[in-house]
Amino acid sequence: MTPTDKQVKQLDRVIIRFAGDSGDGMQLTGDRFTQETAAFGNDLVTLPNFPAEIRAPQGTLPGVSSFQVHFADHDILTAGDAPDVLVAMNPAALRANLGDLHKGATIIVDTHDFTARNLTKAGYTDNPLDGDTLDEYALHTVDLTGMTVEAVKEFGLSRKDASRAKNMFALGLLSWMYGRPTDPTTTFLTKRFAKVPDIRDANLAAFQAGWNFGETTEAFAVQYEVKPAVLPPGTYRNITGNLALAYGLVAGGVQAGLPVFLGTYPITPASDILHELSKHKSFGVTTFQAEDEIAGVGAAIGASYVGHLGVTSTSGPGVALKSEAIGLAVMTELPLVVVDVQRGGPSTGLPTKTEQADLLQAMFGRNGEAPVPIVAPQSPGDCFAAAVEATRIAVTYRTPVLLLSDGYLANGSEPWRVPAVEDLPVIDPDFATEKNHGSGDDAEFWPYLRDDKTLARPWAIPGTAGLEHRIGGLEKGDGHGNISYDPANHDFMVRTRQAKVDRIADSIPLVEVDDPSGEAKVLILGWGSTYGPIGAGVRRVRKAGYKVAQAHLRHLNPFPSNLGEVLKGYDKVLVPEMNLGQLSLLLRAKYLVDAVGYNHVRGLPLKATELAHAIGELVGQAEGIDVELGVWGEPTQKEHI
Amino acid sequence: MSTPLTGTPVQLGLPGLRSGTEQVPAADGPQTGKDFTSDQEVRWCPGCGDYAVLKAVQSFLPDLGLRRENIVFVSGIGCSSRFPYYLDTYGMHSIHGRAPSIATGIATAREDLSVWVVTGDGDALSIGGNHLIHALRRNVNMTILLFNNRIYGLTKGQYSPTSETGKVTKSTPMGSLDHPFNPVSLALGAEASFVARTIDSDRKHLTAVLAAAAAHRGTSLVEIYQNCPIFNDGAFDAIKSPDTKADAIIPLVHGEPITFGSTLEDGRGAKALVRDTATGGVQVVATADVDAADIVVHDAHSPDPTMAFAISRLTDSGYLNTSPIGIFRQVERPTYDDQAREQVTAAVAEAGNGDAADRSARLASLIGGGDTWTII
Repeated sequence: MTPTDKQVKQLDRVIIRFAGDSGDGMQLTGDRFTQETAAFGNDLVTLPNFPAEIRAPQGTLPGVSSFQVHFADHDILTAGDAPDVLVAMNPAALRANLGDLHKGATIIVDTHDFTARNLTKAGYTDNPLDGDTLDEYALHTVDLTGMTVEAVKEFGLSRKDASRAKNMFALGLLSWMYGRPTDPTTTFLTKRFAKVPDIRDANLAAFQAGWNFGETTEAFAVQYEVKPAVLPPGTYRNITGNLALAYGLVAGGVQAGLPVFLGTYPITPASDILHELSKHKSFGVTTFQAEDEIAGVGAAIGASYVGHLGVTSTSGPGVALKSEAIGLAVMTELPLVVVDVQRGGPSTGLPTKTEQADLLQAMFGRNGEAPVPIVAPQSPGDCFAAAVEATRIAVTYRTPVLLLSDGYLANGSEPWRVPAVEDLPVIDPDFATEKNHGSGDDAEFWPYLRDDKTLARPWAIPGTAGLEHRIGGLEKGDGHGNISYDPANHDFMVRTRQAKVDRIADSIPLVEVDDPSGEAKVLILGWGSTYGPIGAGVRRVRKAGYKVAQAHLRHLNPFPSNLGEVLKGYDKVLVPEMNLGQLSLLLRAKYLVDAVGYNHVRGLPLKATELAHAIGELVGQAEGIDVELGVWGEPTQKEHI
Repeated sequence: MSTPLTGTPVQLGLPGLRSGTEQVPAADGPQTGKDFTSDQEVRWCPGCGDYAVLKAVQSFLPDLGLRRENIVFVSGIGCSSRFPYYLDTYGMHSIHGRAPSIATGIATAREDLSVWVVTGDGDALSIGGNHLIHALRRNVNMTILLFNNRIYGLTKGQYSPTSETGKVTKSTPMGSLDHPFNPVSLALGAEASFVARTIDSDRKHLTAVLAAAAAHRGTSLVEIYQNCPIFNDGAFDAIKSPDTKADAIIPLVHGEPITFGSTLEDGRGAKALVRDTATGGVQVVATADVDAADIVVHDAHSPDPTMAFAISRLTDSGYLNTSPIGIFRQVERPTYDDQAREQVTAAVAEAGNGDAADRSARLASLIGGGDTWTII
């Protein structure tokens, strides 16, 4: 593919959204464009958004599936608030996404699907391509399907099969528009369809035809260039949260010298962790697809008891089912990593959409006083480090750990700087091998005799002679671990289990505050996947000339030991969350701080622009000034954000 | 380990028949029941059938000849689930109904452990029914002792999933409405490879069944009729009383014609099982009325579970006046845990030598794989 004499315009960032019917292959198209973009060296963030139904009724609004990719020549934090380019494969895709576009945005539609029937299905009475309703946008009407069918006719496919390659035509066109390298996609298609040469050749031809169309047609006069981003040195790859999390669990097992045992049950959006780990048996990983959520965690607890790293992966409804078993792991003090990839709730809720509303379930969702440490990743790539950290805590402190990812992190992707294995923490399972109480003939093994520093109990695994012992869900006597109904012992053990979790704070970093001027009166405190939107919102407010501090929590239980001091240092604290104020509630309870919530539960990430306004308002209140964000309060502004 | 009850099992596609305890290290020397008795006070009600089973297990375990530290007992919740506390092996008293799932994790993770589940009719068949059937279907190498007293004991006397319809209990003052499960029929329907039934008070039979169950590679389900003297006393009187038991117990011995009842001059029982051509099941007839050749010969190793199921249906669902006792089915088929470990072992062997340095190197190439780019 050769360069053209068309005009080339420089941009520093672009947001593209591919949208079509859920059978149109939009996720694949977006993913391929992302891989090309990663190979080119831009920074990027993606946001897949798809219905829970595998094939929702064709051509309808509920059936629309989309994939948004934001790429730039500098580091970016979010998938972007408003797309610059919308590719709409049918009327429903146009209608469902038009409201998110800013005026002047580019729209490319496949005219082939704008039939009377499809327009009706999408709720249009008139064809929007004919009237003046789209005059404020740069509209390109292209018969993507027709040209695809024409381009692949030599392969003798049915019309239906031929038209299915239209997503590759669209990808070819967009790849041309933004000067993406085509080799990754050519290689991918060749490999993916190696066994079906007709389909392979048709897809390659459609991809090539799309590129050529962009190059030759007068309809697209401008090609855009977004230069590679300058990122810290290192080896990078594009990675989704679920993949990074699965790698983190493999790494946790390697670093602890323990075989990983995943007991799990398929659930959206966590299933990909099972799929991925099932490929890594060569690391000693066993994956067990159980009959239900409870059996999944049960098997993981069993595996932990005999010296494996027990892991279970699920989403909120699964955590609800596993709660009793997690309580058993609290009582038996066995290592266990519980991965909760949060989705919209309650009940079945929004299976494919994101939310952060399981924090209080993770914190309190068990009977009795059952403290469980909580770790949360802040970006897709960060899921790796968070999983290693969850493993470290679980093994070191003999405790279940909740790892709270979410649907946005799980499916979203970003360039990830691959860490060096030698930089990963070494985790010591420190199995008990000797009796630990009394001496000589009277020596015994006491399973609840704790380590002075961590309060962790010894982990003695079956096969270890002389350390035979019984554990279970009934209250344990301090030290010896036999069943005890003694009132004072129960009080002591409840407090000791809490103290053990609290002591984890000694082993975690202090919370770091990003407050460049050191004079901010307002602190924005977040956790989990809101890191990107919060960071972008904070940047906007600072660009507009105001002072604001930002901090983000990796550990939700226990909190970093300096958090109370940090909170006291600011007049106002804003806590943006994709729930109705769960972290706010915890902060208010623990630190008596008047945390202000910024809360949305729309199944989508928070928007940086909206956050900027919320931050601005609070800064205005704190400093007694009128805050004017100007262009920095507009979703369309094009400068470095 | 072969016993008169079982003969030699057939193989169903498993090359190299293996014992259930083949990879479990053997004890250094002789053991006694005392070696397996923990220092914990046993706290069941006086007269509880659980005592008899505990004694039988404690005196049987030395015969297994395995290292004590390689034996794990897992239980759920209920009277019988206190069992692990009284055995000086490794053990876990877990949560209601979930013992089979925890034992599945244990058995899959470690081939060198002898894994036992102790459960009851409420624990295994009500709250934990799902885990039981899936353990049986997968054929995980473990032995499940299902103590069936046909009542809820620990919660003080409500009807259980094996209680007879119409049972008056604290929760059913006008009589229960539920139709009961037959645990043996359920297990056979769940593709179990080993299904047996025995009685708490018959130490000899109980021990023989335990030996066969432990020797079986796969999930062995042993239903143990167990009397609850407090809330369901006498539930098994018909099969325990010397006056009635000959007519109540249908003894199953592999390779033997199935007869029971008062003894005829030729040593056979006065009643016999023959095929019922009308229903495809079996029926009880007077031995004297039929040709010896028509009497059903018990075949525990038949690949087809149909006959075992038909025999299991002779169990009374109401008050227990008749019940087949013995090993209904014992066939060999690949176990879940053996195959899961084989997959991991094969993958490890193919990838490298499996040591720590090798794993670190492969971890680096895993996370650094895919399409990467380098920024200097």
